[in-house]
Amino acid sequence: MASVKISKPLPALPGDWNSKSNFIVHSPLSAAVHRNLSPAGPHFLAHARRKRHSRTFSEDDRIQAQQNVMSVEDEDTGEISEAESPLLLSRDPKDWKNQDHYAVLGLSKYRYKATDEQIKKAHRKKVLKHHPDKKAALGAVDDDSFFKCIQKAMEVLSDPVKRRQFDSVDEGANRDPPSKKSKGNFYKGWGPVFESESRFSRKQPVPRLGDDKSTKAEVEEFYNFWYNFDSWRTFEYLDEEVPDDNENRDQKRYIQRKNNASRAKRKTEDTARLRKLVDDALSLDTRIKKFREEEKKLRNAKKDAREAEEKRLAEEARIKAQEDQKRKEEEEARQKAQKADSKKAKEAAKNAVKKNRRVLKSSVKDVNYFVSGDVTPAVIDSVLGEVDLVISKIDNEDLQTLAKNLSGVKGTDAVKSTWAEAVGELVKKGSAKAEDFKVFVA
Amino acid sequence: MSGNPSPSPPASPEIDDDTKTVIGIAFGNTTSSIAYTTPDGKAEVIANEEGDRQIPSVLSWVGSEEYHGTQAKSHLVRNAKNTVAYFRDFLGKKYSEIDPTNSHNSAHPVDIDGVPSFNLQQADDETVSTASINEIATRHLIRLRDSASDFLGRKVTGAVITVPTDFSDSQREALVAAAKAGELEVLQIIHEPVAAVLAYAARQTPEEQSVDKNILVADLGGTRCDAAVVASRGGMYTILATAHDYGLGGLKLDEVLVDHFSKEFIKKHKVDPRSERSLAKLRLEAEGTKRTLSLGTSGTISIESLADGYDFHSTVNRLRYELSAKKVFDQIVSLVENVVKKAELDLLDIGEVILSGGTSHTPKIASRIAALFPASVPVNAPATLTTSLNPSELSARGAAIQASLIAEFDKEDIEQSTHPAVTVTPHLSHPIGVVIGEDDSFQTMLEAQTAVPARRIAQFDVRATGDVIVRICEGIREIVIEKVERQVNGEKDEDDSEDEEDEAGGEEEERNRVLKVHKVIAEAAVKGVKKGGKVEVTINVGSDLGLNVAARVIGTQIGVRGEVRPEAGSA
Repeated sequence: MASVKISKPLPALPGDWNSKSNFIVHSPLSAAVHRNLSPAGPHFLAHARRKRHSRTFSEDDRIQAQQNVMSVEDEDTGEISEAESPLLLSRDPKDWKNQDHYAVLGLSKYRYKATDEQIKKAHRKKVLKHHPDKKAALGAVDDDSFFKCIQKAMEVLSDPVKRRQFDSVDEGANRDPPSKKSKGNFYKGWGPVFESESRFSRKQPVPRLGDDKSTKAEVEEFYNFWYNFDSWRTFEYLDEEVPDDNENRDQKRYIQRKNNASRAKRKTEDTARLRKLVDDALSLDTRIKKFREEEKKLRNAKKDAREAEEKRLAEEARIKAQEDQKRKEEEEARQKAQKADSKKAKEAAKNAVKKNRRVLKSSVKDVNYFVSGDVTPAVIDSVLGEVDLVISKIDNEDLQTLAKNLSGVKGTDAVKSTWAEAVGELVKKGSAKAEDFKVFVA
Repeated sequence: MSGNPSPSPPASPEIDDDTKTVIGIAFGNTTSSIAYTTPDGKAEVIANEEGDRQIPSVLSWVGSEEYHGTQAKSHLVRNAKNTVAYFRDFLGKKYSEIDPTNSHNSAHPVDIDGVPSFNLQQADDETVSTASINEIATRHLIRLRDSASDFLGRKVTGAVITVPTDFSDSQREALVAAAKAGELEVLQIIHEPVAAVLAYAARQTPEEQSVDKNILVADLGGTRCDAAVVASRGGMYTILATAHDYGLGGLKLDEVLVDHFSKEFIKKHKVDPRSERSLAKLRLEAEGTKRTLSLGTSGTISIESLADGYDFHSTVNRLRYELSAKKVFDQIVSLVENVVKKAELDLLDIGEVILSGGTSHTPKIASRIAALFPASVPVNAPATLTTSLNPSELSARGAAIQASLIAEFDKEDIEQSTHPAVTVTPHLSHPIGVVIGEDDSFQTMLEAQTAVPARRIAQFDVRATGDVIVRICEGIREIVIEKVERQVNGEKDEDDSEDEEDEAGGEEEERNRVLKVHKVIAEAAVKGVKKGGKVEVTINVGSDLGLNVAARVIGTQIGVRGEVRPEAGSA
């Protein structure tokens, strides 16, 4: 903390100062007021830091100073510290077109990825190291060729347009695709190739090659992207120098035309090269085959399922038809049987009725038509007439019971009373009239 | 170079996505601003897509189309019912607590379960949907964030937002929640007056920042005026007092102009232009005229078809305007006086005045406030100091500076640093100083209201060889009123007939701020100092009010150290 300079002087020590100590305490400070500090501003943050770590002012000053030193050191080391090969150091600055600017600045591991900040820092560092003044001070020969290389590298890399032109032809950033026969991992071999190619894409971000687990959509997107690749790569950097004299205009124009033609040619070649690269990758990509097989399987699976379904349905229909047929036949047989049965029953019933009638008729005949001695035809007629009347009126059930009753009883009176009973029943039912009967009267 | 693949893949030097991009947001009732800090540490206010640095806090909907800022503001004329304005103060409050006066000319808040909300047509069909104040605030903050992101080309992740000093905890919470809903992390919420002080402090050297003074910050906004006295002690800021006036502000000045022009229009055309729509037009244009009047001496207004198809063109000069607006100016001046009184200070205790907010552009307000203080006190407003910053930008700049300071902090760090355990500190009730000079005057080293622990170092001259005494004292500030004979020449006397009445008897009161010794704390004898030597005195006040004094002759080994123990239970 800076001290405040106060121009007014301190008063002289009064003569009556008689204390042995040089410091006398009179009274403590007055009580303080508690207030809320506004938590803003650099000084508050320093206060908060001291309070949280319970440091005193001098402790905090020391720790902060240490941290500052450390951060400065951190900045100095790291990143840009590549070894400079003697070959690089002895480069001819006139041959700057063939110079690897990134290597000159010690950024060969970053290349097109180096940020402006990194380039600036690297340049500053190289300049400090290789400045001709410094070399002269060390007593070395007056050699500033590498310094010129550094300046040229900076000139190219600090200008975004020139940097792009150089990046376009920067061989050091290229990755050669693995040979077709190599057995290595497809993704490991081709991944870096596409990554280095992707630096030329106008569209960012570029889809990645991915791996075995990539979905079909991802893979398709990847190849679609690369087949429709929009490249900013230019080949101006390789242009032949255009002579800068006004005298030979034709020559100048000729070279310019030549340059344009060669740029166009290189661009076409580059597009074709990339196309072939993608073709190669596509042909080697096992995923495509895998997807095709899966698709086929899927399609086949569908077809199989459909056929199975059809088969199943046909089988079901067949079984159903069989069952129907069977049921029908059974039904018919049953109906036939029923018909036969009913015919039999009817005949039986008819026979029974006939038999009962016979019983009825014979019952009166057995008891000699309720007369003792000879029977006159008239009596027979009247009795049989009444019997017929009963038979015609009586229903089958009563007829059966009557026949049963008659066959069970013996003797004229019993037969007669049975008949009278039956007639009574009939009269009661209202199917016959009492006055029609003369013999069967109780 | 080809065929030379490096063995390891190149490390990715791209800026990783985790880098924090932080901005400062001044979220005002009337306008909002966004600011960022440049790599060299300067705060710059960002203009939005329309080129506005003061973005009106207005949102408007036409069908499903959302308008924001100036565009939305112009909708106050045609589409007032679907336009939300002046909504900041509703945030975090219950419907019963808000004052919707300013919303009469736009969408009016309605009570939905106690939350102030707005019924708006936000869809292409004519259905009316309800948007709560939180949703509106979120939309506003998203638009601000997007403007900043577009400008910076990076996604903005965090922000420091300024609020008035009377913002309650629930309002702060609502603001944080609204920002979070818009995927904006609020790093910290700071008070507007402190942000204004920070904005000015940022262009000073650390030494200048550490100078102790009381700063009066008057935040003159569109709908409300706030004033605060901020004690700046060693670069740390303590708000001593605040005063608020919720009815006062730029809108009142617009009203003055609207009234003036309405009367003129009636005189010309016998038609009263104070129908709802004409008033909205007038208000919009009067605001522009007010701005012109802050810069020039006359302002024009021209509105096509103001009322009954009559066009309106007129001019007003600044004097006329200032006379009409005198009442508003008086209120602002009394607000300023009031806050100084509330801080239990005298106007003479104020070392610097900062005018913040759009209304501070008005020259008369600045000159009226400057007249309250001695000429030595800088009044930072465009009209009084050419070096002043744009008062409309102060809050946003301060917020941006604070944001850049804490950008690298973890959330936990910020929380701990702003915890009351850190912020609530004992402040000295009396100044501490040293008696100097032949007349035994009091030289302050630590001002009253300095937060402890604190440390100050001062160098004193020694005039004569011999022994000197360093007498550490507590001081007391007194206002001494002296009657001074007025010295005026006859010529001036005639001009200033107005003044004469005030100072009957030809005497002028001169008020002076004088510091006197209240209580001697300790004495230290420094012996054997040579003539022309310098004595450096370091005073270190601990958080328990214990005092450490060290006096040392610069360049020698001679020195005295001493300690004053605190009174039990004083801290």
